[in-house]
Amino acid sequence: MPVNYYILLSVALFCIGIVGVLTRRNAIIIFMCIELMLNAVNLLLVAFSKMHHLKNTVNAATGSDGQLFVFFIMVVAAAEVSVGLAIIVMMYRNIHSVDINFLNRLKH
Amino acid sequence: MGITPILFWVLSTMALFSALMVITSKNPVHSVIWLILVFFAISGHYLLLNAQFLAIVNIIVYAGAIMVLFLYVLMLMDLKKEMEPQKNRWLKIAGAVAGGSLLLVLVAALKKADIGKDIAETRMGDIGLIENLGRILFTDFVVPFEISSILFLSAMVGAVMIGKKE
Repeated sequence: MPVNYYILLSVALFCIGIVGVLTRRNAIIIFMCIELMLNAVNLLLVAFSKMHHLKNTVNAATGSDGQLFVFFIMVVAAAEVSVGLAIIVMMYRNIHSVDINFLNRLKH
Repeated sequence: MGITPILFWVLSTMALFSALMVITSKNPVHSVIWLILVFFAISGHYLLLNAQFLAIVNIIVYAGAIMVLFLYVLMLMDLKKEMEPQKNRWLKIAGAVAGGSLLLVLVAALKKADIGKDIAETRMGDIGLIENLGRILFTDFVVPFEISSILFLSAMVGAVMIGKKE
């Protein structure tokens, strides 16, 4: 497939994630939209790695770096989710809501 | 039309539709289910690109572990009794316009780029197989691999510290 299509698909998924972050107020949904954006970037990295492998092959492993980056992004995302969900649970315990509009205490 | 473009379009439609449903569902549990569907569609794309290791890791880590964690948190906090408060309509429209403008800018930038003839190879190539990725992971990328294990340890300690009752 032309790499253009993959770029368009990833950009569309990423922008859907952005719209979700900007329009929702539930902290968990916002967190899920961040995961969606990370996955859009992952898909683009894999597509580019396959394009690079086909276009300028030096040895059999050309382009594996992109897929390993995706692997590391997944690792970091898993760590991020564990800490972030712990923060959300703590926030729910303190203010009994996951509405981000209650989190504007730093403003005052 | 061969089997590859058909699979590509089916998976893309599924991913985009599910992503839209994620951000429009009222019930957070439905959002989680739709997001799992997005992850399955993206795993299908990885399989189509012959990145088999990433496809299976995506299902195991994202759809299996992370989304179950989300479901557990939703189960722990009983959100059904008060409906989710909505942002006011103008803020929603402003958010959608901002995201749409970003989409427009990125697509316009893509039109200028000189990549019209580049092909992402599908259903061929063996760089995505676990044999090759494993060899590179344990030779060239062994230091980041070890550092990521320390990152996991610190994330675990952090989650326990934050989640502990005072």
